Amino acid sequence: MDFSHGFGLILLITGQCLLITIAVLLSLAFLMFADRKIWAAVQMRKGPNVVGVFGLLQSFADFLKYIFKEIIIPAGSDKVVFLLAPLITFVLSLIAWSVIPFNNGWVLTDINVGILFIFAVAGLEVYGVIMGGWASNSKYPFLGSLRSAAQMISYEVSIGFIIIGILISTGSLNLSKIVLAQDGSYGIFSWYWLPHFPMVILFFISALAETNRPPFDLPEAEAELVAGFQVEYSSTPFLLFMIGELMTVVLMCALISILFFGGWLSPIPLLPDGIFWLVAKILLLFFMFSMVKAIVPRFRYDQLMRLGWKVFLPMSLTWVVIVATLAQFGISGYVRW
Amino acid sequence: MANNYQHEKKTSENSIRNFNINFGPQHPAAHGVLRMVLELDGEIVDRCDPHIGLLHRGTEKLMESRTYLQNLPYFDRLDYVAPMNQEHAWCLAIEKLLNVQISYRASLIRVLYCEIGRVLNHLLNITTQAMDVGAFTPISWGFEEREKLMVFYERACGARLHAAYFRPGGVHQDLSDDLLNDIMDWSISFPKVVNDIEELLTENRIFKQRNVDIGIVSKDEAFDWGFSGVMVRGSGLAWDLRRSQPYECYNDFEFKIPIGKNGDCYDRYLCRVWEMKESVKIVQQSIEKLSMCKGDDVLVRGKIAPPNRVDMKKSMEALIHHFKLYTEGFHVPKGEIYVSVEAPKGEFGVFLVSDGTNKPYKVKLRSPGFLHLAAIDHICRGHQLADVSAILGSLDVVFGEIDR
Repeated sequence: MDFSHGFGLILLITGQCLLITIAVLLSLAFLMFADRKIWAAVQMRKGPNVVGVFGLLQSFADFLKYIFKEIIIPAGSDKVVFLLAPLITFVLSLIAWSVIPFNNGWVLTDINVGILFIFAVAGLEVYGVIMGGWASNSKYPFLGSLRSAAQMISYEVSIGFIIIGILISTGSLNLSKIVLAQDGSYGIFSWYWLPHFPMVILFFISALAETNRPPFDLPEAEAELVAGFQVEYSSTPFLLFMIGELMTVVLMCALISILFFGGWLSPIPLLPDGIFWLVAKILLLFFMFSMVKAIVPRFRYDQLMRLGWKVFLPMSLTWVVIVATLAQFGISGYVRW
Repeated sequence: MANNYQHEKKTSENSIRNFNINFGPQHPAAHGVLRMVLELDGEIVDRCDPHIGLLHRGTEKLMESRTYLQNLPYFDRLDYVAPMNQEHAWCLAIEKLLNVQISYRASLIRVLYCEIGRVLNHLLNITTQAMDVGAFTPISWGFEEREKLMVFYERACGARLHAAYFRPGGVHQDLSDDLLNDIMDWSISFPKVVNDIEELLTENRIFKQRNVDIGIVSKDEAFDWGFSGVMVRGSGLAWDLRRSQPYECYNDFEFKIPIGKNGDCYDRYLCRVWEMKESVKIVQQSIEKLSMCKGDDVLVRGKIAPPNRVDMKKSMEALIHHFKLYTEGFHVPKGEIYVSVEAPKGEFGVFLVSDGTNKPYKVKLRSPGFLHLAAIDHICRGHQLADVSAILGSLDVVFGEIDR
């Protein structure tokens, strides 16, 4: 069969889409399990350990439970928007995976503005939260969604500037090219985390804020807003929110690996590159996301905004200037094209 | 507008109505069954109206129709986080009216368990305060230790929570050497756990940002609102009933009273952490002192306590006394008295009016949490919504005692 055009091409793309979706969702089930286990370990609990061996099937049991529960739609809610919101969160966080390169050439759509695409999709994700909070027609969700609107946008700004620094060094918006630009003879030391070091931390923290993870989980702050925008959600819509959020977390892990830690490249020059390295890096970063969740308290709303606008924004902006200057003078590590 | 809570603000073009939310009674940070109606201007709290009474049981009235001994277990149900400290006040009140002197060993055991109660309370409080600002790990570490302390409660009297261990005239039964050794072992390992919890919180920048300069109570305000316990000590007043008007045998112990400076949530947190460390010292000292008076009777075997079990087998009078004590109860001479103890949450007082019968004529309980909660509107006004839960955590409210 000819896969280069016509029906064959559609079949091929559909197959690839399915492959990525299934792989991502399946790994998500185990990542969620890992998240809970790590949290439990820090708290000296056992965590899920009943369903399946070591509780490995816990996520699937939860999945079934969510599916079979009744969907409760509040009487005063805007039904269409109420149900649309979790879908938006879910679909958008899934779509972003289409431009992630898993290996050299292993990418669904190798578009030249890959990073902008992810940035745009991540920017749209706030709509899921806002719509969910607004459509619930309830006070806690409303307050939660107001917060998240401000929060997600603030941190996107600094994420944008950090990415610009990388773009100056790479000369491309294509994610595969960003990875290949880090392919040097020094292995781990030719990756961007070294020349762009302070920005790795900034990006990591911004990613926490962007994905509403603790210490920035204000939209769903339990101690103040009970569960924020999710208060009125139950059953499958809630599940979609939850999966969507976790998928964004993993996406951010993948993005950090690609931008700063050489994607699929091997850290040691002699070892072969491959998808294995990307997965390992994502897992390591995910572990860090989980640990942060287990350890830190939560910021207050104004403190979060202050951190975003008064600390992160000036820092990332300055960094863009520094990188641009260094690249102008051709300092190695900052300019490679 | 007819509704009190919704003040309208007129602007030139249209009216803006403030946002009212119900904080509780089924709110994860409401510390039990508190319902607060918050009037929000954006994220700023304009008004904070606590509604209490959801756990009201009429304890004070119920006590009027029960004998003095039957009333004792009610005190476990007031501040159920540190039950024995409340029993203590009741026992002291009765003993003062009866003019009974309890044995030194009983007194030491009371001090020992009061300090365990203090640790129980502060462990719960600082970890839930951490949870109110979003840190979920300390609470599970703290509960590990609380569990051990609950077992000490259980080994002393058979009940984990509702102890009924302190009795007028002493304590219900003596402690075994094994138990004292285990408490000693615990007191040696416990400071490490406190340090672990502190490492997560004390110098944590986010924790400090959430607590420093939040919910400031000045010295004058502490007086005006009738605060006590950590709420005044956090504001810099050296007022601890264990030192300022010593009861039991606290005079024989060496311990310090930690005092805050700014009266904010963070100082109150630090005070509690240090109080736990001091309590552990008292626990150790009391165990040492207990080893010097082994075998002493821990209950005054007069009219207010049951006779010795061995005597009951031989003596008719003892048997009659036992029967009378548990049916009619003992009579307390006519008079009225106010006795207060330094409960972990502050000054817990009992005002007892006796008419000379076997039942109290009137009892008024002074629960510290009630007065602290009464000030929440004053403290929270102008703070952000997120601060309300931080402040509520640092006020240390338990609804068993507030609603009574």
